[in-house]
Amino acid sequence: MTKGRLNIHVQGWLLALPAVVLLAAFTHIPAIKTVIDSFFSTPHGARPSRFIGLTHYHSLVADPIFWRALTNNLLYALITVPLAIAFALLMALWVNGKISGRAGLRLAFFTPTILPMVAAANIWLFFYTQDYGLLNKIGRTLGFASVNWLGDPATALPSLMAVTIWKEAGFFMIFYLAALQQVPPDLYEAARMENASRWQVFRRITWPMVMPTTLFVGINALINAFRVVDQVIAMTGGGPDNATTLLLFYIYQVAFSFWDLGYAAALSAVLLTALAAVALAQFFLLDRKIHYR
Amino acid sequence: MKANRINSLSTIAAWAFALLWALPLLYALWAAFHPAAYATRFEITAPLTFDNFRHAWVAAPFPRYFLNTVMLVLGIMLAQFVICTLAAFGLARWKFYGADVLFALILIQLMVTPDVLILENYRTLQRLDLIDTLTGVGIPYVASAFGIFLLRQAFKTIPKELDDAARMEGASTLQTIWRVYLPLAKPIYVAYGLVSVSYHWNNFLWPLIVTNSVETRPLTVGLQTFASVDQGIDWSVICAAALMTSAPLMIALLVFQRAFIQSFVRAGIR
Repeated sequence: MTKGRLNIHVQGWLLALPAVVLLAAFTHIPAIKTVIDSFFSTPHGARPSRFIGLTHYHSLVADPIFWRALTNNLLYALITVPLAIAFALLMALWVNGKISGRAGLRLAFFTPTILPMVAAANIWLFFYTQDYGLLNKIGRTLGFASVNWLGDPATALPSLMAVTIWKEAGFFMIFYLAALQQVPPDLYEAARMENASRWQVFRRITWPMVMPTTLFVGINALINAFRVVDQVIAMTGGGPDNATTLLLFYIYQVAFSFWDLGYAAALSAVLLTALAAVALAQFFLLDRKIHYR
Repeated sequence: MKANRINSLSTIAAWAFALLWALPLLYALWAAFHPAAYATRFEITAPLTFDNFRHAWVAAPFPRYFLNTVMLVLGIMLAQFVICTLAAFGLARWKFYGADVLFALILIQLMVTPDVLILENYRTLQRLDLIDTLTGVGIPYVASAFGIFLLRQAFKTIPKELDDAARMEGASTLQTIWRVYLPLAKPIYVAYGLVSVSYHWNNFLWPLIVTNSVETRPLTVGLQTFASVDQGIDWSVICAAALMTSAPLMIALLVFQRAFIQSFVRAGIR
């Protein structure tokens, strides 16, 4: 081995060193420590933490709030991800076509994306208010009874989902816009020669051509769905009756309100597992994407 | 004929949808710029006012929150630029021992983002005595897998000959990065910078946990503290405060709409 080559190995690691140290300190070591801590009891005053095996996981299985949070989170993903994707594609199709006032449409769709979630949540809070919120005002005009959107366990979670979809759809729209501009025009040309209907063009050309984008956006939306917490803190605090408690919010609560560190570590381990599952799904789906291309 | 009718129907539907999408913001704008009495009374003659903004500005230390956020997002961005550039350069240009494994380990952070590890990271900050400091808010994000990935992709497209030419003139590695790679990857830095600034301007959970004083609290946490103390504060003022915290990004979007959107696309497509 020549001196220059050795030099490259040393230099490569030296350049990466700051990033390696920080990533290890704030991603890899904490992730491993989270799993280890989940097998230990929470230290209390003079009582140090000790190994307790699967005890936290046993209480987790018996904890109705955990199941509520998990179910809520799965529902959240199952409903917001497809809806945000569908709206994003619809918006992109509109903005990509020849339509009057394109720039205005794009701005209306995209602006929610760059608002801080906390600001958006506070604006929507006003929107949802029972007595004078706009939503109930419109509802009353149309003859419906007032709904306590965030105070009723049946409507609280869907109300939060609406905010998520509202903020995410415009963000995903721009990826679809980029994808639509990559579709070769002669495909549409050919479809026109064949007198294909709009639906056929969408079903046979547009949808398959934007499939890689749909996968990319879908994975991102899925990861985001498991990290939702800002709007829960700002709008409902997990209530009413845990109807809007999501995993990350529950972790936050257990760790920083109840200070039950061992149990919070076990909950975090569950969240890490969920994210790992998404990562695996991405691995296999992206594999298919390459086949498609 | 039929196609025309479908087209105009589609345009109307698009506009109705856009209006629906803009409604929460328009509503907030209405409330913020009118006296509280008109917050839910939509009369064209309602007087305009800046009082809600003025009230919010003095009712909570928003100037300080703005300063904190600006220092935070710029600090994070600059540190990310330096650290990610160095790592990305090595990974893009040299096949050093363990480079592939290292890269795979780095990419894990795309999934396991710092907000999932709040508990352990909080304890790390405690040990480093960084609780309630801006450094503490920023440090978990500084080595960003996303940034390393993005810059590595960009550096790979730069012809190696340029690099060799710089070396022939006796430039060191750092000088080569500075003189050749930085200027050529400028659009990627702009894109990454915009994405990073908007992400950290809006970040909430981690700063909420780490900060507990006015001197460190960023805008998002400040807004939430302000809005959750709800005695005597009316919706118009909260709307004004919410719009105020979002204003710099919204104005930037209005002015640089094209660059903004392109940056998000460039940064998002991997």
